[in-house]
Amino acid sequence: MNMHTRTASIIPAEKSAAETFLDELFDAGLLIDTGVDGLYGRSGAFEDVINAFNGLVAKYGAADKATAIHFPPGIARRLFEKSGYMKSFPQLAGTVHSFMGGEADHCSLLADLEAGQDWTEQQQATDVVLTPAACYPLYPTVAKRGPLPEQGRLYDLQSYCFRHEPSKDPARMQMFRMREFVRIGSPDQVCAFRESWLDRGQKMMASLLLPLTVDLANDPFFGRAGKMLANNQRDTGLKFELLIPVTSEEKPTACLSFNYHQDHFGSLWNIRSADGEQAHTACVGFGMERVALALFKHHGPDVEGWPTEVRKLLWG
Amino acid sequence: MDKIRTVLDQFGKLKVPAQSLSPNADLYDAGLTSFASVQLMLGLEDAFDVEFPEHMLNRKTFSSIAAIETSIDEITRAAA
Repeated sequence: MNMHTRTASIIPAEKSAAETFLDELFDAGLLIDTGVDGLYGRSGAFEDVINAFNGLVAKYGAADKATAIHFPPGIARRLFEKSGYMKSFPQLAGTVHSFMGGEADHCSLLADLEAGQDWTEQQQATDVVLTPAACYPLYPTVAKRGPLPEQGRLYDLQSYCFRHEPSKDPARMQMFRMREFVRIGSPDQVCAFRESWLDRGQKMMASLLLPLTVDLANDPFFGRAGKMLANNQRDTGLKFELLIPVTSEEKPTACLSFNYHQDHFGSLWNIRSADGEQAHTACVGFGMERVALALFKHHGPDVEGWPTEVRKLLWG
Repeated sequence: MDKIRTVLDQFGKLKVPAQSLSPNADLYDAGLTSFASVQLMLGLEDAFDVEFPEHMLNRKTFSSIAAIETSIDEITRAAA
């Protein structure tokens, strides 16, 4: 019996569909409650689905011959500061702090802990910030390599990411995996890449017998300036999402996203094309846990019972 | 309009001086980016002591010097 079920038996308040699905996932043992919303353990069966989907993505992307890089789920604070993330999404960022005091400070820290008081005051910012999106460490890495070759570059990234948005919606985790293909090159090159993945992404997800739509979208930019950025993003068609109903039919979950950043990252990090122009970038992102959740939602908690053709695609 | 051009030069990061642009010239064609348009919006609010209402926080409002002037006139009139 988990915490959520107990609460429900005391307070017969209505649960949201998202919360009910989260309970089902806990009950099936697919996700493991840690006591923090959005921070869950994953079962072996859940991870099998993620691995199998990773394999399918690799097949669909194989012909592109992307360069794979796996960064850890932390980014250098200096690079994070330059990235401008705090301008747009200060509410989502997570910084890593550590104890850096002496013995006396340690004593007072332990006393605070013992007394149940705030012990975090002495924690100081380290040089590490939790990665907010898999591609953030990539741009400065590419910039360091000098001008792009004529055909541009293509990377295959995967990382755990952190976003501070606690929620009972299992499709809105605080720590989750994002796989991304990032194309860097001329405007024509990166737009053609995004177009091809808009097409490939829909074919791939439809082959898993998942109901989907593709729609214009915007990022959750912060504040009034953010309102304007979000409107601009929509007006110029810079972001599309592939949506699948997971916890709601009316508000389906974005499982893949297709983004054109124009020269935003190219200018910020001074990435130059072969002809000396600022490079443009585009990416396709896969929310790995969200895809797994969509599969469990539509095909059931037991993968043995999934449609044969879906099982064949994922596990051969 | 001169005041708008001054703010544009300061925050718009345009490829050309704002003085060289006609009132109806497309500022995005002149190099105004999404992020620079936010800085421009905040700069105009300071310079004209106005606050753009939410429905004006979009691309169209800042698409030309004339469009900016119309929007600021509208806000000023509404406040009067």
